[in-house]
Amino acid sequence: MPERVRVKALTPPGHVRAPWYLRGKTGVIERPLGQFANPEQLAYGLPAERRPLYRVRFTMAEIWGDAAEAPADTLDAEIYGHWLERVDSHAP
Amino acid sequence: MGGQDAGPVPMEGHDFALWEKRVDALMVLCGQKDLFTVDGLRRALEDMGEEAFEKMSYYERWIAAVNQNLLEAGAYSLEELAARMDEVARRGESYGEAQAHA
Amino acid sequence: MPHDHRDHDHHHFHHEGMSPSGHPYRGDNDGPLGYWQRMEIAVRELLVEKGVLTPAEIAAQIEAMDARSPANGAAVVARAWVDPDFKARLLADASAASREMGFDIGPLNLIAVENTADTHNLIVCTLCSCYPRNLLGLPPDWYKTRAYRSRAVREPRSVLREFGLELPDDVTVRVHDSTADMRYIVLPARPEGTEGMDEAQLAALVTRDSMIGTGVPRQP
Repeated sequence: MPERVRVKALTPPGHVRAPWYLRGKTGVIERPLGQFANPEQLAYGLPAERRPLYRVRFTMAEIWGDAAEAPADTLDAEIYGHWLERVDSHAP
Repeated sequence: MGGQDAGPVPMEGHDFALWEKRVDALMVLCGQKDLFTVDGLRRALEDMGEEAFEKMSYYERWIAAVNQNLLEAGAYSLEELAARMDEVARRGESYGEAQAHA
Repeated sequence: MPHDHRDHDHHHFHHEGMSPSGHPYRGDNDGPLGYWQRMEIAVRELLVEKGVLTPAEIAAQIEAMDARSPANGAAVVARAWVDPDFKARLLADASAASREMGFDIGPLNLIAVENTADTHNLIVCTLCSCYPRNLLGLPPDWYKTRAYRSRAVREPRSVLREFGLELPDDVTVRVHDSTADMRYIVLPARPEGTEGMDEAQLAALVTRDSMIGTGVPRQP
């Protein structure tokens, strides 16, 4: 069963690679992509830690709700692990 | 800007001008020499704000971002840049005339 | 001095302001000198004077970028259409498969996504303008517009319609937002009626837009 994750609904200022339209949205990990230098440090010329990066797949229904053009169409985006939280599929 | 309202996709294109290709080359080469990262460029582009996106062309924004990162990296000083841009302006009216002639 | 198109061996023969093919760049050198062009000249000169870059490096980079074109991607796609083993390698690791064909794609992390009878893929970068530039060359202007970047993730079918592509409801659209370190290329479906065609003929059917997902290959 694919791992369900939610993009953290945080709103810090500055350079972040988690797009606004995906924050707070839940998807499944399509594939892990490996470790990459954290862009939030690279952007300011700082030494960057390597962080896991994932390709996460969302349904258009999850992102846009009733406004989705075709609910079952999907969107894949690359999201860093520190922007993801695991979603417990057994939670109410 | 994902998901924002916007009109039809404008289909017209253009051939890149020499100065645009040079901006692209400066971006790639300075990145290879570790003077900045792509993320540093993206941060500078985002910090320009929405207005820059409306009023500046693509490579205008990129040379601004490249310059911002090079200044931060200490590749040259603001004083040197200001003086050189002023000197370039006095060389001629067109891009071609404004090139340095050895 | 008349330019001789047969003189392709004379790569050293191109001077300031001329393209690698020996033609002048268009509509630029004689244009009025703007603020940002002055900045480009000043930045470039300062970097050269300080020994960071040489004019030869800049010229070589422009030449290398000019040499990259959708034809490179088309060759990769055509190979995948005729060689199932290559296709498997492309879908597993598109960077390695492109390098295997001799394309210098630098450090590009490339993922190929396959169009099938029930899936259509579309590539966008909503945060900036990430594009598989080291394989396909520089992106088309529309790819960098606010309109494309804003709408491709919310109403991809409507965007595709503007590109002349009407997808049936039973085809799933998968949009790929290049948000971080990966770049994407669409492996379009091989057109019907191309069974007798060789790799070069097939490559000629593969358009740039078919590898971004805003189009499909030409019909033979």
